[in-house]
Parts: sequence; structure tokens; C-alpha cells
Amino acid sequence: MIEVESLTKRYGRATAVDGISFRVEKGEILGFLGPNGAGKTTTMRILTCYLPPTEGTARVAGYDVFTQPMEVKRRVGYLPETPPLYPDLTVRDYLTFCAKVKGVAPRDRRRRVDEAIERCRAGDVRTTLIAKLSKGYRQRVGLAQATLHNPEVLILDEPTAGLDPKQIIETRELIRSLGGTHTVILSTHILPEVSMTCGRVVIINKGRVVAEDSPQNLTRRLKGAGTLHLEVRGEEAGVYEALRTVPGVLTVRTRGRHDGVLTLEVEVEAGRDVRSELAWAVVTGGFGLLGLQQAGMSLEEIFLHLTTTESSDAPPAERQGGETR
Amino acid sequence: MTALRNLAAIVEKEWRHYFGSPIAYVALFVWTMLFGIFFYFAFSYFLEYSMRTAQQAMQYGGGMRLSLNEVLIRPLLQNTAVVALFITPMLTMRLFAEEKRQGTIELLATSPLSDLEIVLGKFLAAAGLFLVMVLAGMVDLALIWRYAQSPPDWKPVLTGGLGVFLLGCSFIAMGTFVSTLTRNQIVAGILSFCLFLGMWTLGWAEDPMASPTMKAVAYLGVTTHLEDLVKGIVDLKDIVFYLSVIAFGIFLAHQSVESQRWRA
Repeated sequence: MIEVESLTKRYGRATAVDGISFRVEKGEILGFLGPNGAGKTTTMRILTCYLPPTEGTARVAGYDVFTQPMEVKRRVGYLPETPPLYPDLTVRDYLTFCAKVKGVAPRDRRRRVDEAIERCRAGDVRTTLIAKLSKGYRQRVGLAQATLHNPEVLILDEPTAGLDPKQIIETRELIRSLGGTHTVILSTHILPEVSMTCGRVVIINKGRVVAEDSPQNLTRRLKGAGTLHLEVRGEEAGVYEALRTVPGVLTVRTRGRHDGVLTLEVEVEAGRDVRSELAWAVVTGGFGLLGLQQAGMSLEEIFLHLTTTESSDAPPAERQGGETR
Repeated sequence: MTALRNLAAIVEKEWRHYFGSPIAYVALFVWTMLFGIFFYFAFSYFLEYSMRTAQQAMQYGGGMRLSLNEVLIRPLLQNTAVVALFITPMLTMRLFAEEKRQGTIELLATSPLSDLEIVLGKFLAAAGLFLVMVLAGMVDLALIWRYAQSPPDWKPVLTGGLGVFLLGCSFIAMGTFVSTLTRNQIVAGILSFCLFLGMWTLGWAEDPMASPTMKAVAYLGVTTHLEDLVKGIVDLKDIVFYLSVIAFGIFLAHQSVESQRWRA
């Protein structure tokens, strides 16, 4: 449904998105996770044809965002970070306008607008001026706008930002209910959010994809452990035996073999630095230690920058801003 | 078909903005009020002048009939052109600046609309409101037909009205372009006014004795082309001039909207 290939976006000298690639299958809900300024908004803006990419390609519903933007726009519903609302219109007038410009047939317009209002639980404000709506209702009207023309693909930029906990839960339920029939990409910098709504997560940082996995696996990798890469000269069974005796080691795997040199991946318990013990075990076993390196650090660092709890809203200085310019 | 529907949707939305805010009412009020004041003074002048000519006719015999068209309507329409200079920036300054500030430009840009449809829709909405203003001013002129013993010729009134409308549309097209340049309405308004003033003053270079260069400069002035239309002379070159300025403004606005995506 969505195919992104080595997509790059540069603003002058700054690179916002740096050769990212990923795919989203039909009906999937993909979480786009990353700290503020990671390039989430830029990627979404490219997918919605708001910005042209500098390099690389992106296809949405089989159409290229650069060469066939009209076809893409017809099939995408987009909720930008701040809902694009006209404060001087009523909710109904606003959605009717959106239905018109999104090409909803005149005879379906009224029904679609009513459905969207129903779906996003904005029924009690349908004749209210948007200027008078609370943040939560604005977000709902924004979502109604995005789902109005029943698009195949939904792209939601931080759909739960600034909502209270009850609204967050409602919004997540709504998004989950849209999965299956719609293909959804949603961005967030809140870690628990993805495990609750998304089937798959792409983590990006500084414009690059650093991990792509199911939320369960990612959580395990976060809680679990660090991974070490070892290069050892010696015979496999002996090396394995020597390494397993070190306290804290969980698993040992062989990643490669080359001229009698083994490349090993050793998973160790979280929060334990067993590098010196490992080195000692290898050397005393009579093997040659050629390399020892901590892997997966970047991922951990990124996790540290993510909001790991619900309530803590990022302080104003840290909020997007830099990402949108 | 879709293009027309999209245009209609944008025009309707812009009109909701105009009439949902004080802009349309203030513009209509100021326009009709100034038109009324100008009408009053032009009319008083006409009365005084015709009284004087009547006296002269009694004293010396002969005399001539004053033309309502020449003494009343022509200067009136020329004065309203000045009001258009002041009031059109008010109509155009928010067109794009406001969308940018509110972030709603993102909605328009990600909807299946072409940039040209967006620009044209906005231009037509402002031009439509200006047309309503011109017609509202014309109500005062209708009074002349109600009370004058020998009614004036209606054709110069019509062509004069058309001239004022075309002049306003030229401003509106350029103002639409200026509004795409900034997210600040005030800046758009001031820049538009300065630009319109520049377009206006080019006409001051007009002088039968002027050099060919100055004549060319004067030709580019927006008021130069109003004179004949107000007199009731429809010259194709005047119409073509206004239509070219309108097309040029829309072209610039379209280029500006398109190029901003690349620079963003």
C-alpha cells in the first residue's frame, strides 16, 4: 500500500530525512516512532504530496507521490500536527467544504459529513464555530476531516498530542477501529502509544530508520538486554562453552565465519557490563580475541529520548518546532 | 467539471470568511459611504454650476445645457477608483497569508486541488465581492434616472462601471500574488498598497509632450486606461491592458504558490 524507498529530504544544508525505506501493507497500522525533530513530520508531508522529496521515491496506493500527486491526494486522509481548521466556520460548514475539495460526490456529501462527525464523536458541536472548540474537539474535527472521504490511506501526525487521558484512549480506539479497512501511519514520540495501537513500528532518528519491528519485540529489546559483538579466533564449540560460563550472558549466536575468525553476537542481561569478564573468558580459554564491541547502543539512546510514560508532556522548548521548519 | 466544482467550493469558502468576519461589511460600508459623499459633492457642484450657466444664459442669452454624464458621473467614477486603491488591499491581504498562518494551506495543498484552482478561486472570490461593491455604489446613480428631467446617457455609466471593476480586479490579482509572499496579513496589506500606488503613479507620466519612453511608462499606469472607459469609449487596448494585468497577477501568484513547496 505504501512503499518508501531511500527517501531523502534536504532543507538547504540540513538533511531532515536521510534515505529512509519502509513498506506498509494494506490494512496495517504502522507506528512512526522517534524523538522530536527525527524527521517524522517531513516524511509524512512527503507522503501526502505537501513537499516534494529531494531524492528517492514514495508510492502510496500504487501511485508515485511525485509524478501522480492528484491520484495520491484522492486516496490519502491527512491530519497534520496542528489540525488545519478555519476558526470562523462552523464544524459542519468546515467539513462540508472539506468534502467538496476532496471530491466527495454531491449526493454523498451530507451523509459522509454526518458519518465523519458521528465516527469522531463531534455530534454535540456540529453547529459550533471552530474558534470556540476545545483542543480535544479540534483534534476530533481534524480526524473527521481526514476520514471524511473514506480514504484508503490515513496519515496521522501525532494524533493524540495535547489530549487528556480519556480523549487519548478514545482516539486510540478510533484509530484501531480504522485499521483493517484502512492503512494507517501514525507518528508519535510516546513509546506506550505504539504498543497499544500499532501492529508494527518504524523507529527513526535524525532522519534514518534505526529499527523496524513489532512493538512486542521492541519492548523486549528495550527491557532486555544489550548485545555485544565479538570477533574470536578459535574453534566454535570451545568458544561457546567459554562464553556461557560468564555470569550475565543469555545467548550466544554465530553471525559469521571467516578464515577461522568467528563473529559472535552475545546477548547479556540489561544493565550489566560484562565486557571485561567476556574478554577474560576468551583469553583464558586460549582463544584469540580480535574484537569486542557493544551493539544496539543507538537504539537504547533513542529510547532514552522517547517519552516512556503517558503523562509527562514534553516541555515546550522540546516540542516539534525544529522539525516543521 | 471537477475544476468548476473545486473553484465554486473555494469561492464559497472565501465568501464565508468575508461575511463571517467584519471585512465584507466594513468594505461595503466604506465603499458605499464614500461613493455617497462623492456623489453628494459632485451633485452640489453640478447644481451650482448649472445655476450659474442659467443666469449667464438669462443675462447674455444663448447658453448651453450641462451634461450630467460629463459634469457629474465622470468625475464621480474617477474618484471611486481612488477608493478602490485603498480598499482592495483589505480584500486580498488575507487570502493566502491567513491560510499560511493557520496552517490550513496544508489542507488545501494535500486535497486533490491544483494550485491554479486555489489561486483562481481566491481571486474570483475577492473579485466577486468587489463586483458587489461596485454595483452597490451604482444604486446612487440610479437616483439620477429617477429625478432627472432629461436622463443621462446610460452607456458611459456602464462602461465606466466596467472600467472601475477591471481596475479593481487588476489590483486584486496583484494583491493575491503579494498575499502568497508572507504569512503576515499586515505585511501583505502594506506591500499590496505600495504596489498598487506604484501602478497608479505610473499614469502621472502621461503628457502629450512626453518622450516615447515616458509615454510607454504612462501606458503601464492603471488609471491611464480608465479615462476612455469612463467617457464611454470602449477601446480594445484598454480592456486588453486590464485583462493582461489580471492574468499576470494570477500567473505570479500561481508561480509563487508552486515554488514555495520546493523551497519549504
